[in-house]
Amino acid sequence: MKITLKIWRQRDCQSKGEFKEYHLDKVSKDMSFLEMLDTLNIKLIKQGDLPVEFDHDCREGICGQCGVMINGIAHGPLKNTTTCQLHMRSFNDGDTIYVEPFKASAFPIVRDLKVNRSALDHIITSGGYVSVDTGQAPEANSIPVTFEQAEAAFDAAACIGCGACVASCKNSSAALFTSAKISHLAQLPQGDKETSTRVVSMVNQMEEEGFGHCTNTEACEVECPEGISVLNIARMNYEYNRSRLMKK
Amino acid sequence: MSKTLKAPIPEGPLAEKWNNYKAKARLVSPNNRKQLEVIVVGTGLAGASAAASLAEMGYNVKSFCFQDSPRRAHSVAAQGGVNAAKNYKNDGDSVYRMFYDTLKGGDFRSREANTYRLAECSASLIDQAVAQGVPFGREYGGYLRNRSFGGVQVSRTFYARGQTGQQLLLGSYQALLRQQHTGKVKLYARHEMLDVVIIDGRARGIIARNLDTGEIERHGAHTVVLATGGFGKIYYLSTLAMGCNASAIWRAHKKGAYMANPSWTQIHPTSLPQSGEHQSKLTLMSESLRNDGRIWVPKDKNETRAPGEIPEDDRDYYLERKYPSFGNLAPRDISSRAAKEQIDLGKGVGPLKNAVYLDFSRAINEYGKDVIAERYGNLFTMYKKITGIDAYKEPMKISPAAHFSMGGLWVDYELMTTVPGLFAIGEANFSDHGANRLGANSLLQACVDGYFILPYTLQNYLADQIKIPKIEVDHPAFEESEKLVKDQMQSFLSCKGKKTAEEFHKELGKELYDKCGLLRTKNGLEKAIENIRNLREEYKTNLLVPGSAEEVNSELEKAGRVADYMELAELMCVDALHREESCGAHFRAEFQTEDGEARRDDENFCYSAAWEWTGNASQPILNREPLVFDTVKPTVRSYK
Ligand SMILES: Cc1cc2nc3c(=O)[nH]c(=O)nc-3n(C[C@H](O)[C@H](O)[C@H](O)COP(=O)(O)OP(=O)(O)OC[C@H]3O[C@@H](n4cnc5c(N)ncnc54)[C@H](O)[C@@H]3O)c2cc1C
Ligand code: FES
Repeated sequence: MKITLKIWRQRDCQSKGEFKEYHLDKVSKDMSFLEMLDTLNIKLIKQGDLPVEFDHDCREGICGQCGVMINGIAHGPLKNTTTCQLHMRSFNDGDTIYVEPFKASAFPIVRDLKVNRSALDHIITSGGYVSVDTGQAPEANSIPVTFEQAEAAFDAAACIGCGACVASCKNSSAALFTSAKISHLAQLPQGDKETSTRVVSMVNQMEEEGFGHCTNTEACEVECPEGISVLNIARMNYEYNRSRLMKK
Repeated sequence: MSKTLKAPIPEGPLAEKWNNYKAKARLVSPNNRKQLEVIVVGTGLAGASAAASLAEMGYNVKSFCFQDSPRRAHSVAAQGGVNAAKNYKNDGDSVYRMFYDTLKGGDFRSREANTYRLAECSASLIDQAVAQGVPFGREYGGYLRNRSFGGVQVSRTFYARGQTGQQLLLGSYQALLRQQHTGKVKLYARHEMLDVVIIDGRARGIIARNLDTGEIERHGAHTVVLATGGFGKIYYLSTLAMGCNASAIWRAHKKGAYMANPSWTQIHPTSLPQSGEHQSKLTLMSESLRNDGRIWVPKDKNETRAPGEIPEDDRDYYLERKYPSFGNLAPRDISSRAAKEQIDLGKGVGPLKNAVYLDFSRAINEYGKDVIAERYGNLFTMYKKITGIDAYKEPMKISPAAHFSMGGLWVDYELMTTVPGLFAIGEANFSDHGANRLGANSLLQACVDGYFILPYTLQNYLADQIKIPKIEVDHPAFEESEKLVKDQMQSFLSCKGKKTAEEFHKELGKELYDKCGLLRTKNGLEKAIENIRNLREEYKTNLLVPGSAEEVNSELEKAGRVADYMELAELMCVDALHREESCGAHFRAEFQTEDGEARRDDENFCYSAAWEWTGNASQPILNREPLVFDTVKPTVRSYK
């Protein structure tokens, strides 16, 4: 296949960025999207140019490190798929593909397609855990968790923290990310005890990091590679309001 | 001079050793702990659990990883599960049985006391993870569910769908960030460790590069823990992440830490086959699939029919045929080698004839599609994404791939390397799995090392370090290390040759996979050593790295990693060549039984080889740690 790429190039968060055009003519349908970028980079390096910097690690769709906007869609056209698991068979010969970083004010650009998503870690740091020290745990089967509870908690816990939800939201809100963690823990007896303090700290931190407000456009769920449900946001709002009411 | 190494083992019968150790280990009083600094490199299960646990105890911890968040360490990719001797199934499991399975699985090439301790601590790990909120699979009544995994006959594997590693890692990541919240942990993401700094014979810090700015940083501490994972990526095509590397442990090796059994690499039987030259990694399909999937190839190597049209009589379910009692659940080394045998006979399937079938049709008929979907749904979806094929309708095509490093830094019972104050935990060390690791045992090892062992052994080490003041980074040793690191980077940048680091890596990987992979021979290994030396020479003159050292530069990062691989690769071949026996994953064609199974030589090779760096990559010194079996008598490892 022949592919034309328009890739966002930007030296660092202070510099101005722009799209640059590149052409590749021997793209195989079996290549992953990132392998296509690898091929481009080898070409650039050999021409004496700087390669396109992009983030990736596992290339299995689980670490959450990859992620770019492909033709305006976070992680590209395939539903429930990370950038690294997208293959060139999803494109056609002669296509022009626009590639941009995940843009959000809370995600400063490091270079080209690489962004800094530490803000997501900070939200977890503010309370996204069960407060249990090593050694304190009771025997595992002493707290039964029903099959349904475990499955529901898992659905929320499956979030890979890639930030696609933020990038696809017109308000750059991290509500889906934050609510997934709140829901995961709130649905388990182990995590439920701290729900009301957790939800307040995490929501406050989310705002402090400069993420926008959720206005229920639900774009995040559509582009989430793990299919995390917006119902988690509803649960977060519910828990948040409940916690504030209880304080009064 | 070759030495005999000893790893002092606590007294008492096997089942009492760890308790005896804990009872006598020295402690640091809570007040003194806050004066001590610990560096933990790595935030996988081993690193995150260690850093969190140590911070909970009151130590000041600096935690490093090269990814942009600690949650992305490659532990996240583990699918299948984690073992623990809970005996919830009432099927005869026990600590002893788990210990024995692990020792036997490793072909009697691991240290008895370490292996026993792994099994002994396994149950607590499940308790800890559940308390953290890890959503393990449950029965309808609410109790934990188990399944079986390769190489054992009980069900002791706990799992969270096909994402066990992710969920366990999130548990320890959250514990880590909870300590960041208390201020006890300082996190350094996107930092790559490039050297260990040694002062007066003890590890006292590291040199790290901030990957966002290129800045070289010095970090001092009373002790350094390496939890930097496996180096299977040395084969280029592997199930590891792109950034996985040997650099941290290799640079520690060059500072005096011995490397043990570096050639023992697990080649996983159920990965997706390579589809072309562009390929950058191989995706693992969890071994748990072998619980319900049946492996076969066509009997006729010229078979052209689609798999569904090949009648039963024309199929060879070779694992069921050769290993009737374990069948499709035969251990990994055996399954991989058997697959290679079929592929080499020309019976491989797929366009490159480099795969075998993994067939679910019988399980789907027996239990229904829904049950299979509930068990493996995400794996079937992943398969479809990558290959475009629906495995509910057509068998998967799978093939062996480099996966896990049983070898690593040599450590003693306390998980300390041969450099005082330098510890290695998780996959980075060599300790518990012998010559072949059993499935679902390494998530366990990483966690047990970090949560339950290191907090005791590190404290034992630190007990007499409270008098040592804060380590200052203007010490000449830091200066020297920093200069070493900077000079090396400059040499990569100024080389201005014609080949990228990635291209060199691919060549090296292929050489290693062909000659130091599933099947090894004297001739092949000698040839590989020669070729690797040539490649290493070429690397010095023909490497092309763009950009500069003072900025984001992924190519420069790769160049450093590949330079280390070039040296380690030779040591792997030397290790494989010197070991004139077959054991576990190490299969030397010259040493096999009449029916083609591994022939171990306990008389001459019942030891761990711990290699010492001499300053010349081609002249390592072999030291031996004899393996003494007090409780168990090594037998011929048979799965027939
Ligand atoms: C695809 C796959 C599936 C697996 N499935 C299973 C399974 O089902 N069950 C099982 O028991 N085991 C499984 N394993 C094995 C198991 O996942 C690993 O052995 C284990 O997770 C290793 O954990 P770790 O903490 O030692 O290393 P890792 O999780 O690899 O972490 C390494 C850490 O070190 C850091 N690091 C490395 N080098 C540097 C450096 N130079 N500077 C700074 N930081 C550095 C990284 O950033 C990372 O944080 C699987 C492995 C793979 C690859
Ligand atoms: S690289 Fe890990 S999810 Fe894409």
